Parts: sequence; C-alpha cells; structure tokens
Amino acid sequence: MDYKKPLPIVTETNRPFWDSLKAHAMRLPQCDACGKFHAPPRDFCPHCLSDKLTWKPVQGTGEVYSFIVMHQLYDKTFADDVPYNVTMVKLDEGPRLVSNVRGPNDAIRIGDRVKLVYDDVSAEITLHRFVRL
Amino acid sequence: MSIAGKYIIAGVGNTKYGKLPGRSSESLTVEAIRNAIQDAGIDKSQVDAVLTKAPTSNFELLYSTRISEHLGIVPKVTATIDNAGASTASALVYGAMCIEEGLCSVAVVSYGDNPLTGSRDVYAKPAGDTDAYGMFGAVSGYAMITQRYLHKFNKTSVNLAPIPIGDRKWASMNPNALFQKPITLDDHQSSRFVAEPLHLLDCCPVTDGAAAAVIMSAERAKDLPKAPVYLNGFGQGHTAWELVTREHYTTSGALQSGKVAFQMAGITPRNVDFLELYGPFSVVPIITLEDYGFCKKGEGCDFVADNKTHPGGALPMNTSGGLLSETGMPGMQLIVEAVRQLRGECGQRQVPKHDVTVVSNQGGHMTTHSTLVLGTHPR
Ligand SMILES: [Zn+2]
Repeated sequence: MDYKKPLPIVTETNRPFWDSLKAHAMRLPQCDACGKFHAPPRDFCPHCLSDKLTWKPVQGTGEVYSFIVMHQLYDKTFADDVPYNVTMVKLDEGPRLVSNVRGPNDAIRIGDRVKLVYDDVSAEITLHRFVRL
Repeated sequence: MSIAGKYIIAGVGNTKYGKLPGRSSESLTVEAIRNAIQDAGIDKSQVDAVLTKAPTSNFELLYSTRISEHLGIVPKVTATIDNAGASTASALVYGAMCIEEGLCSVAVVSYGDNPLTGSRDVYAKPAGDTDAYGMFGAVSGYAMITQRYLHKFNKTSVNLAPIPIGDRKWASMNPNALFQKPITLDDHQSSRFVAEPLHLLDCCPVTDGAAAAVIMSAERAKDLPKAPVYLNGFGQGHTAWELVTREHYTTSGALQSGKVAFQMAGITPRNVDFLELYGPFSVVPIITLEDYGFCKKGEGCDFVADNKTHPGGALPMNTSGGLLSETGMPGMQLIVEAVRQLRGECGQRQVPKHDVTVVSNQGGHMTTHSTLVLGTHPR
C-alpha cells in the first residue's frame, strides 16, 4: 500500500527526530547549556544559542494546547479523512507538536491529557499521533 | 525628533475588487497608483519613490523596481517590504522616513494581486512538517488561535458573530465590496465549517485587486486640492514565532505596535472616532481591540456585543466592509478607506465623527503587526 499523503521533509537538522520516531522512541534536542528542550529541531538552541545539543528521549505525554477540525479539503489525499482534527500538543518537556488525536473529534478538549503513539506510514517515515488518556 | 505629524497621505486609489480576469498584478497595481496620483492632484513626474508589498500569490524579486518601470518612473528609492499583511502600513512609514532624510520627496505605496483569477497555489503550498498532519491554509492557524481564545475566555462562535455581521452591514453601503447582502446570526452559525471553530462567514474571501496611496510632507502638500491626512503615529510589533513556539495565542504584536503608535500620536482609545482593523478571520479584530486597549484582555467579545462597531454605533469599525466583506486583500484597502472617511468622502456610509482613526495591518497567523494613527490635523 502506497502512502499518498504529504510526508515531512527530512533534513540534516531534523533527521534524528524522524529516526527516533522510526525507532518508536521519540527524542528531542535538549540544550547542554541551558537544559531546555526545543522543537522543531534547530542547529542552535533557540533559548540560548548554544550549539551543544543532545538528543534525549521524551516521556511521550502531554496535553492538548489547541485543536481544530478541518472540514475544508485542501489536499485530495485527505478526502476520506475530512472532517479530521489537527491538534497542537504541548509535551510535558515543554515543546509543542502539530499532530492528530485519534478517536472522535468532538471528544477533544483543550487541556486533555494525551499519550504518544507511533504510526508507521511508510518504510522510511513514522508519524507521531496521540491518544487521549 | 519624531516625524509623526509632518507627513501626510495626499492621495489614494484602488481598482475594482473581485474576479478580474485578464489582469496581471502589475496592471492592477499601476491602475491603483494612477488613481492615487490623480486623487492627490499631482503629476507622476513628481513621484520618486515606489514601495510595494510583493503579490502574495506570486512572490517575485524586485517587484517595486518592476512596478516603477511599468509606471515609467525612474525612482530614487524602491523597496518591496515583506511583513505579510502588515507590509503596506510599514512601507508607508518607510516612505515618510526616506523623505525626511532627503532620499526622495514623494512616495507611492501599493499592493496588487490576482489570486482569484491567477494562481492560488501559494495558499496551499507545503508549509513543512505540518502538512503531514493535514494542517493546510491560512485558516488553520487562525482557527487554532480562535479555539484557544474561545477556551481561555469561555466564549463561543456566537460571540464572534458581531464582527462578520458588522462588516457586512458596512459593505451593504459600499458598491465596490465583494459581498453586500446583509447576514444574520443564523446565517453565520449555519454557514459551513471551514476549520472548526471557524465558519465560512468567519473567513475572508480571496479577491483580485489593488490599492495605493501617495505620501509626502505636509509642507509640500500645502497647495494640493484635497485636504491632507496626517500620519500622526505608527508602530510595529511581531510575535514572529510560529504557532508551535509562540508563547501566547491570545495576545498579538498589536500590543507593542499600538502602544508605540498611540503614544506617538498623543491619543488614547477615547480619542478615536472610527477604526479600520485588519480582520481576515473574526477573532482578529477582537484580539486587536484588546491589545490596543479599547477593552481589557478577554473582553473583546463583550465589547462588540452591543454592535457599537456597526453602522450607527459609537465606534464605527471596518466601514468599507473590512476583509470579511469588501476584499480579503492584505491591508492597503483599509488605509484607502481611512483616508476617504477622514476627508468625508464616503457618502451613505460616511461616519459622523471623522477626525482621528487607527488602521491596523497584520499578517501571517497574527505573526506581524503594523499600526497607523491618521488624522485630519497634525498631532
Ligand atoms: Zn540553550
């Protein structure tokens, strides 16, 4: 089965992130100097500009910061999905991710606790999704 | 010393808004600038600075330089300024600064685009990793902001309705507005969802069109036929960061921009006769009203609930129909409307008090912001 939807653009900067998803063990860059996590991945810590970064595992838990339910079809590969949710998840480590929450759209509320699950959409790419706890 | 109060908008012009097949962005822009130059009562030979926002649908290098060539003007200054929807207000201020420093003497500022008949691909172009999760279009970011806003301040979609309903009431008196048929709360609530919580009637239309303004010193404008409109205050503020990293969704660059602009002009919200606020989606003017200090944070919906911004209200807002009903073009048209209202040229929709106005421009997903305080008298 070919996966037809848009895929993330993997770069030298974010490759460890997508590799970590493929390994079903999400990591994010944590700054050695200031201790803060950040996302999306950068070469320099956006908090203190240090280039000493270490890819650290995250717990995979967080909460719904905001969400929308897309009804408009922008990309025909989502034709079978509308209406679908796009959810801004705030990880417990601090950074936010744009993702999707599985389950009924009308059950989602800001502040809901959510947990990371992995979705192997192609041989190369695993996407993060979330389920409500 | 500030240049506020020393520079004026001498002329404004625009094209039709809507579907304008066969017209390039250059053609539309030249028409708007020609109309603005005629409105100012000057000859194009006096124009020596050309400032534009590049067309959103087709971002091209050296756009201002190209427009100068179309106008048959060899400019002393050009710049294509990219603050997204805040570009033209920012460009107008840049024009005044360049004149003040002697680089040029008369500047035109314009925006023109043909996304309706031309290409709209840019509005759905890959935005990065968020595409994989189905987050497409400008509406998705604004919907994300709206959801957070409604949650935080315990409001619903119904509380946003005074914005689209008001814009449409004003547009019903503007023959150049794209949508002129009045709408009700029921129309708003029953219009389809584009991206929940935003209904179709919360979203601006994409249109072809162009608008322009001429700026020069008040001194130079003394003998011109039309009354000058003074640039009495201006500001900028940017959240800059995209939604994943932005600290707050319910406060925008309008906070910083408005603080500087209002202070420069020596005004408070009490002095403002009417407003032209950039509102591509219903929540934006509400957040802007709060950030500008017309009401407290979180009270924007309550502030507009009595329809005070509608025709006949105490604080007319978006008197041409705004982005939701006149045209979704990024911003220049609001400056044009502000100038015409200040001059008293607006016929049926003319507001009764028209000495001081505030125009907001903003872009991205409430990422950029630029403010103008305009008046019939110098500050
Ligand atoms: Zn750091």
